[in-house]
Amino acid sequence: MAASPTWQRFRDAFRRHPTAIAGGVILLVMLVAALAAPWLGTVDPQAVAPVKRLKQPSADFWFGSDMMGRDVYSRVLYGARVSLAIGIAVAALSTFLGLVIGLVTGFIRWLDAIVMRIMDGLMSIPPVLLAIALMALTKASMENVIVAITLAEVPRVVRLVRSLVLTLREEPYVAAAVAAGTRLPLILTRHILPNIAAPLLVQATYVCASAMITEAILSFIGAGTPPNIPSWGNIMAEARSLFQIAGYLILFPGICLSVTVLAVNLLGDGMRDALDPRLARRM
Amino acid sequence: MFAYVVRRLFATIVVMAVVALVVFLLLYLTPGDPAAILAGDAATSDDIRRIREKLGLDEPFLVRFGGWLWRLLHGDLGISIFTNLPVTHLIAQRIEPTLSLTLCTLLISVLVAVPLGVVAAARAGTWIDRAVMGFSVLGFSLPVFVLAYILILTFSIGLDWLPVQGYRPIRDGVWEWARHLVLPSTALGTVYIALIARITRASMLDVLSQDYVRTAQAKGLAPHAVLTGHALKNAAVPIVTVIGIGIGLLIGGAIVTETVFAIPGIGRLTVDSILRRDYPIIQGVVLLFSASYVLINLAVDLSYMFFDPRIRY
Repeated sequence: MAASPTWQRFRDAFRRHPTAIAGGVILLVMLVAALAAPWLGTVDPQAVAPVKRLKQPSADFWFGSDMMGRDVYSRVLYGARVSLAIGIAVAALSTFLGLVIGLVTGFIRWLDAIVMRIMDGLMSIPPVLLAIALMALTKASMENVIVAITLAEVPRVVRLVRSLVLTLREEPYVAAAVAAGTRLPLILTRHILPNIAAPLLVQATYVCASAMITEAILSFIGAGTPPNIPSWGNIMAEARSLFQIAGYLILFPGICLSVTVLAVNLLGDGMRDALDPRLARRM
Repeated sequence: MFAYVVRRLFATIVVMAVVALVVFLLLYLTPGDPAAILAGDAATSDDIRRIREKLGLDEPFLVRFGGWLWRLLHGDLGISIFTNLPVTHLIAQRIEPTLSLTLCTLLISVLVAVPLGVVAAARAGTWIDRAVMGFSVLGFSLPVFVLAYILILTFSIGLDWLPVQGYRPIRDGVWEWARHLVLPSTALGTVYIALIARITRASMLDVLSQDYVRTAQAKGLAPHAVLTGHALKNAAVPIVTVIGIGIGLLIGGAIVTETVFAIPGIGRLTVDSILRRDYPIIQGVVLLFSASYVLINLAVDLSYMFFDPRIRY
């Protein structure tokens, strides 16, 4: 039986960009596992069982159990939801905000100087520290973590959008459109946005990867998602003092986090190569 | 050139002012009563009033900001809520371990990453190149604490070569000091090495395709002399830039590394302050780290004149 066209197309794509497709597939598997967590042999990730504390990985506890007897496999699978949700939310939010601010500063010259000085200032604060300072002042919640990481990521997106806009404005076809009296909204939607979309999408994947790592760091040092939510960072934070006797408590969520971030990065690299072949040969 | 240095200094002052303003504004812009949040759930109304007075939250905004900035310019970062000690004093106590860790990491990273990038560029397209690039992607994806635990489980617990945790001051002996820094610096440096190696390779590839490199090769100069003498110096500007920008990454990672390895530095101070909601300390740490970051990048900007004398401002 001949291979179906879809499968064949997938195989061709894989041959051309093996790592990017591999990244996409891993990410898809993680997303499905996170969404289907209740049907993948998990138990309640919060169910405590004091008699079954700190069991090594076994047939009963695939990833072992933690110091309260909770099933680590279930916690890691539910934790994927938190990590992915925060990564995607931060990527979407900072891309949107960065796009709006970047477009405004790229077109309204007098605002540019002021906004860019503020962005320079924000960029001078190491992202993790800015997020820590914000989290120290608000109650621990997923929304606040998303806002804190977004604020730390937005300046870089603004920078990218602004530099793209400044280059595009000099292009003859944009200058021609301006000379012809095209109104600003039409210039934006017809000439600027389509040319910004691709690099912005690549940037969004990198923001997503970096946001997932920042979330894990924040939770790990006690400034992230509230402890009752089983995020990967929280699972590792609780195991901090136990890692000498129960290393698996850190390894399983740690490997999941690394593999997911790696998948997102590979996907981003692949998209960058596909969109800009000239840059691809160099990087 | 003198005009450029002055302009660059002025820009640095503006950026520092924005940083100070942002750090100060956070107290006002976060929703809810910061005093109540800082006091915690078990606080009495007396505690909340005490914290509000200490932070001066009742005074008008401009009075408060003016006073705070004035004291800041005199090197006063305020008083810790929890210990009642000056923040500058607490930071000074903790600065040696953090400086040791970050400087060691910086040194090791540059010494490892630049040769890696140069070799990858010189052997572009071979398995060496692909191995370096593969390591680079992996380095970006491994969170520093995951790598740190893998290193501890392997080299300290498994092989028993190096201490699991802790820090020894340098005055107690250089050997013990260095032994305690090997794993933390490796864990912290990996992402930094990945970043620098990648840029070094890209920048070298650019330079290696230039005519003067071909001329140097044609006149029979040894390959290593072409790479280091002709190519690397001309490829230096992007490399030095990314070393400066990467300091931000290093600072964020140092906080986590100190937590994993129980190093009593500024990172530990920060983490303890988060748990105690001691905002003046966090404020001080953010200002200190941001100032270091800005000043290092100022030095980087000025170093361009050395690497590329053609740059005239």
